[in-house]
Amino acid sequence: MVRIDFNRLRFLVIDDNAHMRRILRTLLHGFGAREVHEAEDGATGLEAFTHFIPDIVITDWAMPIFDGLELTQMIRQPGANSNPYVAIIMLTGHSEKKRVVAARDAGVTEFLAKPISAKGLYQRIVNVVANPRPFVKTRTYFGPDRRRNVNPSYVGPERRKGGKVDLIKQTPLLDKVKAPG
Amino acid sequence: MALPRDTAAVATYGDHEVIMPENKLRKAVTTKPYEPGEEDPIARAEMALAELSTEFADWMNSECERLDQARQGVTANGFTKTTTELLFHAAHDIKGEAATFGFPAVAAAADSLCRLIEHTPDQNRIPLTLVDQHVDSVRAIYREYARSDASEMATLLTRRLREVTDEFLISENRDRPEVLEHIIGGPSIAPE
Repeated sequence: MVRIDFNRLRFLVIDDNAHMRRILRTLLHGFGAREVHEAEDGATGLEAFTHFIPDIVITDWAMPIFDGLELTQMIRQPGANSNPYVAIIMLTGHSEKKRVVAARDAGVTEFLAKPISAKGLYQRIVNVVANPRPFVKTRTYFGPDRRRNVNPSYVGPERRKGGKVDLIKQTPLLDKVKAPG
Repeated sequence: MALPRDTAAVATYGDHEVIMPENKLRKAVTTKPYEPGEEDPIARAEMALAELSTEFADWMNSECERLDQARQGVTANGFTKTTTELLFHAAHDIKGEAATFGFPAVAAAADSLCRLIEHTPDQNRIPLTLVDQHVDSVRAIYREYARSDASEMATLLTRRLREVTDEFLISENRDRPEVLEHIIGGPSIAPE
């Protein structure tokens, strides 16, 4: 049976609310995680991201200085930091459709609406660990593939253009992907 | 577009690249059997949270105090960028935390205050009385939570707040159909 060894994962929790950070830490330790780092705003979170090199970032949306959405956009810059592919779970009280879409378009890996539950958080973590999605890089987007499923009943134009024969010049990311760290 | 799941690979297409990064999280996937007592990580986490729950009433109280202070800031200085953000964040945190802290009936009144602030084009037009009614309702619902009719009281208060808020928001956004759609809006699509 496949299971997740939380002891081998390094977490970074970013939330301006100390109570919520304590709850997240408690849940993560309960799952078996040992390495849980905390930051209280987006700017400190970005610094902690660079310093601790976490495997999974759990961030709030609404925070001072810069928010979870801006933080995600800063992390999802190919070549700008050690791991632009890091799994980002956005935990937020915002659950409206436009918010979920905005988080997805910023490059968030998973979205978790408050109130938080142990089961909901566990499922998101298992999903990013056991079912990693490929990344897509276009001129306007870099992040996890936003198409989670193939919709056989989709009717409309294919927005992703070109086959392998229609190569355009782009800097290959393979070297960066393979780079350690 | 099928790429290997655990090894790095890149496929280049006409206007995009599909990248399968090295799966650094693979290290955490194990087939090692559970040790006795660690079979159910969710139950363990819930138990840890239950141990922490003795502090939740105090936390809820401090969040209500924070909301009250934010309200006083708006009363004293009007809706500036700072006072508006403080009030919104205080209400938004209560909306997200109340159920976790064991006070789920408080969340809806806080949510109504968030909607009021978020969807009003010019916050200075928000009647301070309406802000007071929201803040006082949040605090009252929390304070009277032990009452046997607390749930009914919370439902009544919240329904009335929501009605008044909707009426105000619809009036303020009468020339903004795209915002009206959000106010009247459909259900959330956030995954459970």
